[in-house]
Amino acid sequence: MELLEIQHLFKSYGSNKALTDVSLNIPKGGIFGLLGPNGAGKTTLIRIINQIIEADQGQVLFKGEKLHPKHISRIGYLPEERGLYKKMKVWDQLIYFARLKGMPAVTAKEKVSYWLKKMDIISWKDKRIDDLSKGMAQKVQFISTIIHEPELLILDEPFSGFDPINAEIIKDEILELKNKGITLVLSTHRMESVELLCDQIAMIHKSYKILEGSLENIKQQFRPNKYKISLICDSNNLPLDFGAQIKNGLATFTVPLGQDSPNQLLVKMMDFGEVVSFHEILPSMEEIFIQQVKEYSNG
Amino acid sequence: MDKVWLVIKREYLSRVQKKSFLLATILTPLVFPAIMGIFLWIAVDETSSSALRIIEVVDENNLFFLESSEQYAFSFSNTSIEEAKSLVQNGERFGFLYIPKLDLTRPNGIIYYAEKNPSMGLVSFLEANLKRRIEEQRLFESGIDPEVINAYRTKVDIQSITLDNKGDEKISDATVNYAIGFMAGILIYIFIFIYGNQIMQGVIEEKSSRIIEILISSIRPFQLMMGKIIGIGAVGLTQFLIWVILIGGISSIVIGYFGMQMPQQQVMELTNPDMSQMINGDENVYNIIQTIQGINFFQLTLTFVFYFLGGYLLYGAFFAAVGAAIDTPSEAQQFMLPITIPLLIGYMGLFVFVLNDPNSNVSFWLSIIPFTSPIAMMGRVSYGVPFWDLALSMGLLITGFLFSTWVAGKVYRIGILIHGTKVNYKTLWRWIKTN
Repeated sequence: MELLEIQHLFKSYGSNKALTDVSLNIPKGGIFGLLGPNGAGKTTLIRIINQIIEADQGQVLFKGEKLHPKHISRIGYLPEERGLYKKMKVWDQLIYFARLKGMPAVTAKEKVSYWLKKMDIISWKDKRIDDLSKGMAQKVQFISTIIHEPELLILDEPFSGFDPINAEIIKDEILELKNKGITLVLSTHRMESVELLCDQIAMIHKSYKILEGSLENIKQQFRPNKYKISLICDSNNLPLDFGAQIKNGLATFTVPLGQDSPNQLLVKMMDFGEVVSFHEILPSMEEIFIQQVKEYSNG
Repeated sequence: MDKVWLVIKREYLSRVQKKSFLLATILTPLVFPAIMGIFLWIAVDETSSSALRIIEVVDENNLFFLESSEQYAFSFSNTSIEEAKSLVQNGERFGFLYIPKLDLTRPNGIIYYAEKNPSMGLVSFLEANLKRRIEEQRLFESGIDPEVINAYRTKVDIQSITLDNKGDEKISDATVNYAIGFMAGILIYIFIFIYGNQIMQGVIEEKSSRIIEILISSIRPFQLMMGKIIGIGAVGLTQFLIWVILIGGISSIVIGYFGMQMPQQQVMELTNPDMSQMINGDENVYNIIQTIQGINFFQLTLTFVFYFLGGYLLYGAFFAAVGAAIDTPSEAQQFMLPITIPLLIGYMGLFVFVLNDPNSNVSFWLSIIPFTSPIAMMGRVSYGVPFWDLALSMGLLITGFLFSTWVAGKVYRIGILIHGTKVNYKTLWRWIKTN
C-alpha cells in the first residue's frame, strides 16, 4: 500500500521552476531515498509534503486522502538547516514541539523522558541549548523530530553535523524506526548511506524526476554489463586488451559481456586458466548519480 | 486554537521568566522617581548652599529699588561705572547693573555687566522689577497715587467646571487633564516601540535559526504570528500592571511619609506674612485634587488598555512582517519608515494639536484614524470625549488591526521561508498580492 502518493506536482518561484510534473509513490514501511544535486527541488518537494508551502498544481495523497492539516501530527520532519531555541531548556523545548504536533501534555512528558534516556542525555534536560555541544544539540533536534511518533519521517541530510560515533547512533535509530514499521524519507547527498539504508529511491534533477525504483532494480538498470574475473594463468596466454593486472600468478581484469551470455563468457574464460572468481560489476549509487546528473545536464 | 495557546504560553513564559524582565519591571518604577529625586535634591541643595550673589547697582535716577532674594542681594551705590566694572572683574561682585539717566517714556540703555552670561531667570526678574517701577513712576507723574493702583490690583482665577448631559458638574483643571493625556499618550507610544521590537526580534530569531521550518510544519504561519503577537502583548500588559501596582504602592508610602510632616510645614508657612499667595496656592491644590477625583479612573484605565492593545496589535503585525522579510536586525531600517512615520505623526499631533485643543478638527481626525488614534485619543480621553467619537475611533481601530494583521500575515507567510534574497517594497507588494 502506498503511504504517500505524489501526483503531477508543479511549483515555480517566479521564473524559476522548482518542480515540474513530479510524480512519486512512497510505499508504506521501508526507507525511501530522495536524491538530487543541490537546488534540484528536493527541499521544495519536502516542504510541500510538510504543508509548509503549497504546490501550484498537482496533489499529494497521504494514505489515500488529500493532504490536510490533520496529517501534520502524523509526519515528522528534520530540516537540513537545524534550529532550536537557543535560550530554551532541552526539556521545555521538546515538550513544546511535541505539544505543537498535537500530543497531549501527559504523553508528551512520558515520551520526552523516554527519548532523553534512550539517547543518553537525560542529565542535560535542564540545560539551555546554547550550553550544549553541537552533537548534543543535534540529538535533541533528532528527538524533536520523532517525539510525536509519526508514521512518516522525513529526514533532510540527517547525518550532517554528527561525528562518526553519533552518526552511527542515528543510523541505528533510523533502522530501529524502520523495523517498527515507520516509513522514512531520506534526502541526502551521501550515497554510501543511501546504499546502506534505502530500499527505494527517486532522483530529482533540475525540477524533473529522472529516476525512481528499488535500489536493486536501478542498479540492474544501470549495470554496464561488465564482468570482473580473476584466474590463475600464465600471463603470456592472455590477450593484451584485457588490461589484466597480475599479482602472484593471479590475473584480475574486467571484460564486457558483448553478445555472449554470462555462461558463454565463463566458458571462454576457462580456456585461459583456472577461474577463481567471476562476478558482474554493479554500479555504485555514486556512479549512477554522477552519470545521471551529467547526462541530464548536457541534454 | 490549542496550538495558538501553546505559542502564546511559550512566548509569554520565556520572556517573563527572564531575569532581565524581572529587573526591568521592578527597577523602572524605582529608577525614575529616584532620578527625579536626585535632580530635585541637587537643585534644592544648589539654591540653599550657594553663596549669596551680590549685584552692584548704579542708578543715576535714584528711582529704582530691588528687593534682595535668597540668591541675589543688591547693593546700591554711587560708584563710577569703571569702579563697579572692576569690582566685577576682581570677583567682588557677581554682576553690575547700570541704569543711566532715563527718559521714562522710552527707557533705553540699561546694561548688565557680569563675568558670565546671566541666566534667563535673573534677566526676567530684573526686567519685571524695573518695568513695574517705571510704570508706577509714570502713573504717579500723571497724578495717580500708587496706593490707589495697589488697591485696584486684582487677581483673577477662572475655575472650569465640566457639565455632562446628566447635569453632573465636575471641577476640572486643564493642567491635570494635560498631564494625564500626555503620560498616557507617551506610554502607548513607548510600549508600541518596545514590544513591537520584541516581536520583530522574535520573528528574526525563529527565521535565522531555522526553527521556523519545524514550527511551520506543525502550525499555520498565521497562528504562529498571532500567538507571538498576543504572547508578547501579554508580557507588556503584565509589566504595565506590575508598574501600576508598584508605583501606586510607592507613591502611597511616599505621600504617607510626607503627609506626616505636613502639619509642621503648614505651621511654618502660616507664619509667613504672604498670606494671600498661600491661600491661592491652597485653592489650586484643592482644584487639582477635585479634578483628579472627578476623573473616571476606571473608564480611563479601560480606554488606556483598549488603545494600548489596539495600537499594539495594529503595529505589532507590521513589526512581525518586517521581521519576516529580513534576515538580520540591521536590515530592518529600510522597512521601518512606514511604521515610524504614522507613530511619529500621532506623537507630534498629541503635543501640537490634541493636548492644546482636544476638540479641534485636526485633533478629531488624529483620534479617529487608526494609525494615530491610539496615541492621539489618549490626549482627548482625559478631557472627556463624546461617546460617538470614542465608539467610531474604537471601531476603526479594530478594523485597522484586522486589516494590518491580514496584510502582515501575507508577507509573514512567504517571508519567513525566504533566505538570502534582497527584499524590497516591490517584493513585499508581490507577496501581498499572492494568494
